[in-house]
Amino acid sequence: MNMTELFKDQFAQLQAEDKDSKLSAVREQAFSAFNEFGIPTVRHEEWKYTRIGTLFTKDYKSQVSGKTDFSAKDVDAYRLPGHKEANELVFVNGQFVDKLSTIRSKDLTVLHLAEAAKNEYSEIVSKHFGHSSDYLKDGINALNTAFVKDGIFIHVKRSKIIEEPVYIYNITDAAAENILAQPRSLIYLSENAQLQIIETFATRGTEDSFTNQIMEVIVEKDARFEYCKIQNDSANASQVSTTHIRQTGTSYVNAIIVSLNGEIVRNNTNVVMEAPHCEAHLYGLYFQKGNSHIDNHTIVDNVMPHCFSNELYKGMMDENSTGVFNGKIFVRQPAQKTNAFQSNKNILLSNNASVNTKPQLEIFADDVKCSHGCTIGQLDEEGLFYLQSRGIPEKIAKSMLLVGFASDILDKINLPHIRTYVDHLVAERLGN
Amino acid sequence: MLTISNLHAGIEDKKILKGLNLEIKAGEVHAIMGPNGAGKSTLASVLAGRQDYEVTEGSVEFLGKELLDLAPEERAGEGLFLGFQYPVEIPGLSTTNFVKTAVNEIRKYRGQDPLDAVAFLKMMKEKMALMNIDQTLLSRSLNEGFSGGEKKRNEIFQMAMLDPKLAILDETDSGLDIDAIRIVSNGVNKLRSKDNAVLLITHYQRLLDYIVPDFVHVLYNGRIVKSGTKELALELEEKGYDFIKNEINEDEEVSIAEKH
Ligand SMILES: Nc1ncnc2c1ncn2[C@@H]1O[C@H](COP(=O)(O)OP(=O)(O)OP(=O)(O)O)[C@@H](O)[C@H]1O
Ligand SMILES: [Mg+2]
Repeated sequence: MNMTELFKDQFAQLQAEDKDSKLSAVREQAFSAFNEFGIPTVRHEEWKYTRIGTLFTKDYKSQVSGKTDFSAKDVDAYRLPGHKEANELVFVNGQFVDKLSTIRSKDLTVLHLAEAAKNEYSEIVSKHFGHSSDYLKDGINALNTAFVKDGIFIHVKRSKIIEEPVYIYNITDAAAENILAQPRSLIYLSENAQLQIIETFATRGTEDSFTNQIMEVIVEKDARFEYCKIQNDSANASQVSTTHIRQTGTSYVNAIIVSLNGEIVRNNTNVVMEAPHCEAHLYGLYFQKGNSHIDNHTIVDNVMPHCFSNELYKGMMDENSTGVFNGKIFVRQPAQKTNAFQSNKNILLSNNASVNTKPQLEIFADDVKCSHGCTIGQLDEEGLFYLQSRGIPEKIAKSMLLVGFASDILDKINLPHIRTYVDHLVAERLGN
Repeated sequence: MLTISNLHAGIEDKKILKGLNLEIKAGEVHAIMGPNGAGKSTLASVLAGRQDYEVTEGSVEFLGKELLDLAPEERAGEGLFLGFQYPVEIPGLSTTNFVKTAVNEIRKYRGQDPLDAVAFLKMMKEKMALMNIDQTLLSRSLNEGFSGGEKKRNEIFQMAMLDPKLAILDETDSGLDIDAIRIVSNGVNKLRSKDNAVLLITHYQRLLDYIVPDFVHVLYNGRIVKSGTKELALELEEKGYDFIKNEINEDEEVSIAEKH
């Protein structure tokens, strides 16, 4: 059976099984959008350098079953340092699993999305769920929504500061068969609330996994949202991972993405600044080898005046790896006094590695400060010689230069446990 | 300690060093002077092992080993130090971290155990005081945004930390204020002993008032064309390089005449 047929069957099955869900109508709409858009090909402007069609020629197990024999013990292999003082949310094969998750902060509300859709949060859900599809008009985004069933809803009440970070583990069990996992979450920070999320991805087993994730975040007035995504999955794991953040009030956002491994990895990171005086920081570090492909698409949409955004993505590409950076900045007509900065810097460590980088500024206001820049270069030979001339062997000197290059991104990771963890992953990658 | 014989080196098709000879013994301080573009920094780079330069002829013996066969880090391990004319900026790497790695890698090369944190700190404090460098400078990214003088002082600080057998200092005095010259010279003089040697590359006689050389050489057009004592530096200061150029031209005319 081809993929389209399979999705059709699976969709019918899901709608039949889960027909009373509030999400049923949303799914219906998304599935017809999916059929209309189809899987993006390289002819799609936003997918020019990332070929994901091949991922859909694989035979994926039904993505809605959600059944797993994963135990808490099995999760241990994937826990992040500091987890004993953190909230832990576990997704297995794209479905949120209550019994494997631990909520430690008393002010943190975590619900199944379907549940939130019908209780006191229904208004928030209907208002904000699916907003990312206004920005990402492709079959991949629609596919996730078409199959949404057991996502999560995270809510932080007014003036509540969640001290313990939220660790989200996206685990795919590809021990027996190819898996398509589609995690979904909606996160709401009320006025003056604060939340920190750290997210990782892991695949068990050697069959192929494909994760198509969407996280939508709403940040109200005076709230503070900090996010760190660590992508260090195996070479048989691909993903499209969307983080769509709306700053509905004057607020602060910090999003860091560290991408170290995976087959094809595509990140869509969007920040929509819908209130004046918003501040957003977007950082990315990608360090790839083998045949892996990393694609970072970002959108910073300045809708209101006086917003500030700073975007810095840095890449180190080794062996046959390929990279894409596409950074869009929109400045709408009312968004006067916008300050928007963007920079993408790359080091190619092998002759076979490559990067396509493209800034895209669309400015409709006249009184703005925007800058962008991108560089693609080799490792600094002068620097290497300088270090070697001080007695430092070439291999160590190279990794010192690379760690130095990455350091201004790594320095942005606030949680000491996570910083140490990422440092360790980077050192491991450098072979130290 | 160092014997350079008939050294020829260049880059791509450009010949820069054209049969250079020089001998430095332990305990000596040598100064090399010469016009811009003569090949002074090239000589320093070739000795330190920079790959861009191709050695086409000649040999360099350093403490009984063929220097040209060694990787740059091995040369450092053997006791060679180059103070760069233009120290390189390294983003994201602190001087402290850098020097610590360098000290311990050199120790490893020599089969010694790494210095523990306490011993390293003690040594660092001592050398910082000697070079009048403060902690904040050393915790910043290596040379990044350092002033010209700070970079040069940092070079000599590194030298003091690595305690080399032979220090080659390429225009370390350029860009230094009067106090800094004194500090840097003091640092170099502290290193002087009967077992060590220094090769100073400089344009200014002034430095040689502080670090008094045993020999002064003139490097011109890829060769040492004249050697003498510190009086030669005074003579150069007074007359410029023209008198040397004239001498050479006369020599060449003579040799051409002899051939005919
Ligand atoms: N990487 C290079 N590529 C091309 N030419 C070079 C290179 N390095 C040096 N040269 C040339 O070789 C010659 C010698 O340069 P070098 O830097 O050794 O001179 P120097 O004696 O140190 O001069 P200065 O007193 O100005 O520092 C110069 O003509 C220079 O342009
Ligand atoms: Mg020079």
